Amino acid sequence: MRRLVRQRLFWPIAALLTLIVVNTIARPSFISVTVRDGQLYGPLLDILRNSAPLMLVALGMTIVIATRGIDLSVGAIMAVSGAVALTIIAGSPSPDDLGTVLVAILAGIAVALVLGLWNGFLVAVVGIQPIIATLVLMLAGRGVALLITGGFITTINSEPYRFLAQGYVFGLPLALYVSLVAIAIVAVVERRTALGVLTESVGINPEASRLAGVRSRGIVWGAYAASGLLAGLAGILYSSNISAADANAAGLYIELDAILAVVLGGTSLMGGKFSIAGTVVGVFTIQTLKSTITFLGVPPAVSPLFLAIIVVIVVLIQSPRLRGGISRLATSSRAPKTPEVVR
Amino acid sequence: MTSHGTTTAVTHPVELRGITVEFPGVKALDDVDLTLRAGEVHTLMGENGAGKSTLIKALTGVYPITAGTIGVRGVPREFRSTADAQAAGVSTVYQEVNLCPNLSVGENVVLGHEPRRFGRIDWAALHRDAARHLASLGVHIDTRSLLGSHSIAVQQLVAIARAMVTDAAVLVLDEPTSSLDRTEVEQLFAVIRDLRDRGVAILFVTHFLDQVYEISDRLTVLRNGRLVGEYPAAELPRGELISLMIGRELDELDALSRSAERTIDRTGEPVLRSRGIGRRGVLDPTDIEVFDGEVVGLAGLLGSGRTELVRLLFGADRPDSGTTTVRGASARIGSPRQAIDRRIAFSSEDRRAEGTISDLTVAENIILGIQAKRGALRKMRKAEQDAIVDEYIRALGVRPADPQALIRNLSGGNQQKVLLARSLATAPQLIILDEPTRGIDVGAKADIQRKVAELAEQGLAVVFISSELEEVVRLAQRIVVMRDRRKIGELTSHDIDVSDLVEVIAQESPETPDHVENVA
Repeated sequence: MRRLVRQRLFWPIAALLTLIVVNTIARPSFISVTVRDGQLYGPLLDILRNSAPLMLVALGMTIVIATRGIDLSVGAIMAVSGAVALTIIAGSPSPDDLGTVLVAILAGIAVALVLGLWNGFLVAVVGIQPIIATLVLMLAGRGVALLITGGFITTINSEPYRFLAQGYVFGLPLALYVSLVAIAIVAVVERRTALGVLTESVGINPEASRLAGVRSRGIVWGAYAASGLLAGLAGILYSSNISAADANAAGLYIELDAILAVVLGGTSLMGGKFSIAGTVVGVFTIQTLKSTITFLGVPPAVSPLFLAIIVVIVVLIQSPRLRGGISRLATSSRAPKTPEVVR
Repeated sequence: MTSHGTTTAVTHPVELRGITVEFPGVKALDDVDLTLRAGEVHTLMGENGAGKSTLIKALTGVYPITAGTIGVRGVPREFRSTADAQAAGVSTVYQEVNLCPNLSVGENVVLGHEPRRFGRIDWAALHRDAARHLASLGVHIDTRSLLGSHSIAVQQLVAIARAMVTDAAVLVLDEPTSSLDRTEVEQLFAVIRDLRDRGVAILFVTHFLDQVYEISDRLTVLRNGRLVGEYPAAELPRGELISLMIGRELDELDALSRSAERTIDRTGEPVLRSRGIGRRGVLDPTDIEVFDGEVVGLAGLLGSGRTELVRLLFGADRPDSGTTTVRGASARIGSPRQAIDRRIAFSSEDRRAEGTISDLTVAENIILGIQAKRGALRKMRKAEQDAIVDEYIRALGVRPADPQALIRNLSGGNQQKVLLARSLATAPQLIILDEPTRGIDVGAKADIQRKVAELAEQGLAVVFISSELEEVVRLAQRIVVMRDRRKIGELTSHDIDVSDLVEVIAQESPETPDHVENVA
């Protein structure tokens, strides 16, 4: 079993390490870590810190994809949760009060959970195709966020709220701890209970699972709820980082990055077997790629193309068929199939 | 290879010789011949897994053949795609109409052969052509109407018209009647006879015996991927046809003690009793009861309603009539969960689509049933899981005996054993097995039969479906005979043998057969 998992993660990890090595060769300072006031700084730490929102979203996406679904609304949910939290703080007489900030965070996450439940309802109960069901919120969610912020970018000046994304605890960024705790909770809930294997079962063969007595409706519903909740937390982190709620920019296209991270981690879009560790590697890969662009000073006009080329290469490296094809080409001298029929 | 590949004096529209089709690990067809003659309706017969659809797919270019020759109008052909087959003159109408319901009737008829004028479609000519093709089949409908607005029967005829647009030597009809009612079948048959009289060779596949004799000039019977023989329809009585289809694999299995002769105490409350359970268009209201320790066999051909009945009993489909009691207590079973909560287990006939979770391991597949019953949060401890998995792998002889092997890498027989283990691990009081022995090797078949007999002896109630009547007769203390989506009788097994059963199934009159016993 352990050997199998290692095999599955071999190529994703290889891709990530290659990226880091290439960066380091280009500019050795990439792997440098400096200590300032007992806090660690450096490009690698930036990657760990900045990847937190994508990490949260991708974890939820992993579970949803495992059920054969997809959640396109995560970016919009991020915008909504940020808008809710910031509006509460902005409207409060004491934005620096820890209590206010806590209420704002919980309210933002609660609204996100409700939106996740709504997605789950559409998919699991009403039976709408996941891509359509979540497209509804993907489009409508930003409108809701705009409505909450009154059409403006709400900005705040709240030290405790800012601390969430930018603060340091025991020398490491707080956002990194949030990531780690989320990873741990998702891993424990999925793997220490039977939820993970039942989710995979529903994703691989829904009808066989139903006949075996699996309560697939609850499992699918729960997956979307979890995805909504995690996206909500991601929205809080994002708005905390810039101390602003930008309904149009928050989490824009993050659903695509999250899907890419899940796929890079070796989880199939067809649903079924999923790998949380794989998603974690996938998220770091994407974040490293983005840093590479800034770090290498790729001009903004070229960066989307650069990103696209790298992604294609990474995906090709991971494609078993391509790897198989190459190794077969290298070794093959097989005779072509000769059918018995003569023309 | 055999030497029958030489050309004969007369060339027939289609001559298949020594066709073999292999998939990884499976020989789906083994050295099969088929000759279709001009002006004849030729029906392909065989139970599920006999190789009918594989043969059709070889003829129509869907599957590549491993060995053998395909001759169309005397020309040897090699089909790489369905388009190749069509170009050679082999046209096919599939079971599910595969036309475009959102296009007009006319567009569907000439799709891909549209008449053109200055590079653009000549709509007037298109509808004129389409109407002509349809009229030649006796169909007169507005070619500008949407295909989807017509009944399945009309769509079926449009599909045939479309198949005849190209100058087809052969028309393959794969179960065209499965969703038609009696008058629609008549209409279709009139068209088929007309085409036949025009010299088209027709290959017909159906599961309805009455229709076979109504329309066929000749029959080819397949069994287990091999050719049984070719017969003029008029010279092959029904009973004989069924025996040919079902076959006999006595040797290894006869060693099994005849569990059928065990007497069952039917005085108390049955484990399950259903009165008038049915669903419109699926199954006429049917009564059935199963007692402790009893194996009730369901016999009947495919499409007879045997699968439909057990799906309704288990709640896989929701019944719209009838009542069910479990040990005397009234039970509403409208979903698999509700059946499972009453300790009823079910194993579907469709192992791949409704049984195995292909990417999970043997152990995970076995545990799935219990784990689903317990709920996601109460995960079984590893030691407990291992104990159960090991116990069933040993008891059922699963090969390889590796709990961590992925189930999709197992042979069909071993997958079936894993599914049986999944059901048994939930400690059911009644287990419903739909074709648990289909398409698996004789050894695994014997293992499964032995286990079923043994479990029943220990008191488990069993509903057992098999196309192989010997199996049913050997295992079941009582046999419910189904035909045309209803129960036509019930027999106690120790006074009948397979030929009696064949006779009941084959009986032409839908009246209740006289040697049916009323079991108290």
